[in-house]
Amino acid sequence: MGNTSSMLTQYDIEEVQEHCNETFSQQEIVSLYKRFCQLDRSGGGFISSDEFLSVPEFAVNPLSQRLLRMLDGLNFKEFVAFLSTFSSCATLQQKIEFIFKVYDLDFNGKVTFNHMLDVLRDLTGSYISEQQRQQVLTHVLDEAGYAKESSLVLADFIKILGSSGLKMEVEVPVD
Amino acid sequence: MDLDRPNLEEYLTTDSIHKPHEKLRLCDLLDISPALTEAVGAIVDDSFTRCFKSNPPEPWNWNIYLFPLWCFGVVVRYGILFPIRVLVLTLGWIIFLSTFIPVHCLLKGNDKLRKKMEVFVANHTSMIDFIILEQMTAFAVIMQKHPGWVGLLQSTILESVGCIWFNRTEAKDREIVARKLREHVLGLDNNPLLIFPEGTCVNNQYSVMFKKGAFELGCTVCPIAIKYNKIFVDAFWNSRKQSFTMHLLRLMTSWAVVCDVWYLEPQNLKPGETPIQFAERVREVISVRAGLRMVPWDGYLKYSRPSPKHTQLKQQIFAESVLRRLDEK
Repeated sequence: MGNTSSMLTQYDIEEVQEHCNETFSQQEIVSLYKRFCQLDRSGGGFISSDEFLSVPEFAVNPLSQRLLRMLDGLNFKEFVAFLSTFSSCATLQQKIEFIFKVYDLDFNGKVTFNHMLDVLRDLTGSYISEQQRQQVLTHVLDEAGYAKESSLVLADFIKILGSSGLKMEVEVPVD
Repeated sequence: MDLDRPNLEEYLTTDSIHKPHEKLRLCDLLDISPALTEAVGAIVDDSFTRCFKSNPPEPWNWNIYLFPLWCFGVVVRYGILFPIRVLVLTLGWIIFLSTFIPVHCLLKGNDKLRKKMEVFVANHTSMIDFIILEQMTAFAVIMQKHPGWVGLLQSTILESVGCIWFNRTEAKDREIVARKLREHVLGLDNNPLLIFPEGTCVNNQYSVMFKKGAFELGCTVCPIAIKYNKIFVDAFWNSRKQSFTMHLLRLMTSWAVVCDVWYLEPQNLKPGETPIQFAERVREVISVRAGLRMVPWDGYLKYSRPSPKHTQLKQQIFAESVLRRLDEK
């Protein structure tokens, strides 16, 4: 009561909660909504790339440009669905699917050598030469039994990452 | 009070890939979860935005017994306290202006406090910091040039105290200010200089990076810690959300602005210390006294993007770990 920033009704909260498969509690959704409004400075109902980049910790992330392509123009419901992968309730499968989508930016369900090279380029910048990057990638693909020309599908990602002890959790601060 | 040590690494390292003695596998390259977790973590909550978040007051009046009391409080605050304050302020201004206009060319600082070359530095929460500190002596201050009536005040009256204005967005202003600063400190009959090295208002719970300008002058630095008590009103001026007029109105209609000011031990540059290290040391002294958390960000990031060298540092760390593990055969 008397909470000015929560303009979400109980109905809205439940609807959003349903949309993200109950991965967030109601308090977490309220708290995410406050954050959403805080980042959406122009008040347009979505967070623009520029508004995301105003968070320095996000802006310095090597994958920020890639994530922005996924985050661009999301409304609150979609924003929560995006974040739900990082909830501790999300399954390993969902997390791997998310990673797969980060690689597969053209959404055709296949990750090619070039896709992997692009991500590796984002992560290593000028500290590894282009040629060396290709060598490294060819080498590890080869060791895992994949040819350079083959493209990976989601099932391959699940096989590769499924047993690597993937930990991808973000706690939503609730006050 | 729990005080975090500043730890730049905490914010800048990327990786949990610190299991160095293992051969590089495909899953290590494909697993981008540390970077993703970090990026999403920053979207959900980040230390920079927290520095500039105004905290909404806790509602306490939602109760049948307290509500009438609260209503009574509103009447007192708006109906009695506020008019009295406006009256005092107006009277003060009239008296001040009527004497200031005839004599302001003769106005010279009170140099009782000015025995040696020194600058005062303080943490910054609101423009009223300046008003509070001005009670001690006529400080000359370095300020951002403001628009509106505040700007008018700056260019007419405060100018005569020796205040220096600049515009954050103008790069060439920086050199001019640096030069003016040096001249001001050297001129012995100038007013003592007060600098807010954070360069922007912070919400009094955090402290952002101190700009090194004040610490390069080669003179003694006297730290001042200011801590506002939020019991009646949050004194943080969130310049993005409200104008200074509205901010002042909010403060003047509250019961009181309660604040503690500590004049701390003067500090000097230690041998072998760079101005940046010196600035960090002074920041720590102030933060500990005022109970502020230190974050490694530059407050100007409110107006600009971080430099790509932070991203490059993360890339370097990742690249090195990949190359190291590749050799591990």
